[in-house]
Amino acid sequence: MARFRIAVHITPRKGLLDPQGNAVKDALHTLGFKAVRNVHVGRYIVLETEAYDAIAAEETVTDMCRKLLANPVTEDFEIESAVPA
Amino acid sequence: MKFGIVTFPGSNCDYDAFHAITEMLGEDAVYLWHKDHDLQGSDVIILPGGFSYGDYLRPGAIARFSPIMQEVAAHAKAGGPVLGVCNGFQIACEAGLLPGALMRNANLQFVSAKVRVRIENSDTMFTNLYERGEVLRIPVAHGDGRYVASAEVLDELEAEGRVIFRYADANGTLSADANPNGSERNIAGIISDGGNVLGLMPHPERACSPLLGSNDGVRLFESILSRVAA
Repeated sequence: MARFRIAVHITPRKGLLDPQGNAVKDALHTLGFKAVRNVHVGRYIVLETEAYDAIAAEETVTDMCRKLLANPVTEDFEIESAVPA
Repeated sequence: MKFGIVTFPGSNCDYDAFHAITEMLGEDAVYLWHKDHDLQGSDVIILPGGFSYGDYLRPGAIARFSPIMQEVAAHAKAGGPVLGVCNGFQIACEAGLLPGALMRNANLQFVSAKVRVRIENSDTMFTNLYERGEVLRIPVAHGDGRYVASAEVLDELEAEGRVIFRYADANGTLSADANPNGSERNIAGIISDGGNVLGLMPHPERACSPLLGSNDGVRLFESILSRVAA
């Protein structure tokens, strides 16, 4: 067993209203960043876990996302590659 | 009849529910601690409002793993009545007792207001003392009350008469203005396919006395009594 660090990005499901993202987009426009077209606000979770290898660690974290870290109705998630912690 | 009111760390409407049941309805109620595994013989379970576990991760996401929720899920599976109010609705959705999810209010504001909801189906164990189309005045207080589900799920809920409450104006007309949080199709409350789990964002337990400005919530609890006792 080795220890791995994995980062998870969780964002509102595409197509669903994202009022936080829209509010940030409007603020950026007000600041002069007129070119901004879309903003999505989500969560960034970093966790360390014991696993046999990086593949196993990533599989376990995918399972965690499905069961708890992301809501399957409203959110999408992406997992970064596991790195030795 | 005995009502079991679950207290999670961060619940804040458990006493309101207890007061409504014991003082306004004159029935028995017990608090059920979230770490317990015993429903203490409760006939009806109430998942009250509040901010269980500080809404960490997502509202209701952690509470669904509380030990007592295993018993609540078994109670629901056996056809026992479960009423989820506000945070309780969020928990019921996270636990898979109800479809869909509650997201951040569309206007990003915490809304604490007395709203109107229209009765969409009065043939349930929670609404049989109301008339279909009747408009109730009931308070809401939430930051994450925007009901969301896939179009297929929404169509199914409507086709099966499982949308129970919708936000409406005084005349019972649905409009964006009457919708305090941007919920899909103005949905304020839904019921499970078995008809025994009701989730709603408005607080019927806070509308049980004219002193509080409305007693429109009383009949929800009386409906349970009449149906479950019968």
